[in-house]
Amino acid sequence: MTTTTATRAALLVLADGRFPAGGHAHSGGAEAAIAAGRVSDPASLEAFCRGRLGTAGLVAAALAAAAAAGANPLLLDEAADARTPSPALRMTARKLGRQMMRAARACWPSPALDALAAARPRGAHQPVVLGLAAAAAGLGPLDAAHAAAYEAVSGPATAAVRLLSLDPFDATAVLARLAPELDRVAELAVAAAESALDDLDALPAASAPLLEIAAEAHAAWPVRLFAS
Amino acid sequence: MHLDHPETYPQRYAAAPSRQRRAPTPSSAPTTRPDGTRRALRIGLGGPVGSGKTATVAAICRQLREELSIAVVTNDIYTREDAEFLLRNAVLPAERISAVETGACPHTAIRDDISANLEAVEDLEESVGPLDLVLVESGGDNLTATFSKGLVDAQIFVIDVAGGDKIPRKGGPGVSTADLLVVNKTDLAPLVGADLEVMARDARAQRGELPVTFTALTEPDGIAPVVAWVRERLACWTAAA
Ligand SMILES: Nc1nc2c(ncn2[C@@H]2O[C@H](COP(=O)(O)OP(=O)(O)O)[C@@H](O)[C@H]2O)c(=O)[nH]1
Ligand SMILES: [Mg+2]
Repeated sequence: MTTTTATRAALLVLADGRFPAGGHAHSGGAEAAIAAGRVSDPASLEAFCRGRLGTAGLVAAALAAAAAAGANPLLLDEAADARTPSPALRMTARKLGRQMMRAARACWPSPALDALAAARPRGAHQPVVLGLAAAAAGLGPLDAAHAAAYEAVSGPATAAVRLLSLDPFDATAVLARLAPELDRVAELAVAAAESALDDLDALPAASAPLLEIAAEAHAAWPVRLFAS
Repeated sequence: MHLDHPETYPQRYAAAPSRQRRAPTPSSAPTTRPDGTRRALRIGLGGPVGSGKTATVAAICRQLREELSIAVVTNDIYTREDAEFLLRNAVLPAERISAVETGACPHTAIRDDISANLEAVEDLEESVGPLDLVLVESGGDNLTATFSKGLVDAQIFVIDVAGGDKIPRKGGPGVSTADLLVVNKTDLAPLVGADLEVMARDARAQRGELPVTFTALTEPDGIAPVVAWVRERLACWTAAA
């Protein structure tokens, strides 16, 4: 599926780090990784982002692509649950899904978004909502996958700038270096989503155990700057 | 000088010349709950760290909690500090206080991306509502931090005399456009050499007709002028229903 030039700009709106869907308060696991000393400079940030992209990022991108391609969002929501072992991360994904829903309905009102909001008033998994939002904006599965994959790395990079006082040019250069891999993950995700449309069990289920474990620990910190 | 046209700016316009500052405009957030009843009035409290926002929230709650159903959302930089202060002092029961994380960017959470705060407000309405009043305390920030009209119906900006009597003159969107400017800790004015007259004059120059009040929360009933203002806002809110 390709993006038509008519809808290209909508992808910029959706993927903009300033899109008001709550992402700014989430570090994508970076706060926990930084506290543990696993991320401390641009090189370790890049390694962290690459790992997240290939695991949680791929799963999110495939879920978003499948949602944009018309798969049943409620079944996708269950598939997302099954692929998110950490209860804290499941809660985070639903919180962010609810927030994405609010912003998406304001930007691209659609019956599909309304139906999912009614069925999951406390929030569906964020990538599922993202995929429906993309479709509502006239975008295709590849666009949805790109947005989800980009978010998987842009969140941690922004958080690292705030938490480590990392040079923002270095952090953004990390994202730029990851761009070809982002493209590849988005394409993989779309291919996986298309072949899984009849059997959602076949969606990617890559996971990063350390991200899941650290998310549980992070959720129990008495004091933290980021919600996840 | 660019002239502001009151009719054409439905929302606060931070760059308006002070002479043209005017009565607060309503929030852009829907004013009803999903079931159609009028939702709680939402008041935001902003201002620098340590100026007395939490003390103000606590004092308002103590004064009004018998007659009104109140909830508080805190946006502390370190998520729990303010909420725990309110709990420790038994200002409100725990289920009426909610803390929101702001990703080290307190102004973003009250202005640019209000999602988490809106969600907290709605969750409180759902769990302990119906509410009459929701107070949203910003994590302390600089003088440019203001609340989005999508989040609150009115905002109080709290500064203190210990921050220096030049703060009203420095202005900024908080000082010049908040619906109420509170200059707190007047009890410390003699100790820090702050001139309250100068602060009042500068505030008037920045704010035009918008109200300013001086408080010493250490005094018995020091919160009275703020509570009176909140009552007025509540009366307008319910009258508009
Ligand atoms: N002397 C004096 N201290 C005050 C007054 N109001 C608050 N404080 C103190 O100032 C400190 C900061 O207050 P707080 O409400 O936590 O500030 P916030 O950061 O704006 O929420 C606390 O130690 C309060 O007890 C006041 O009117 N006079
Ligand atoms: Mg406080």
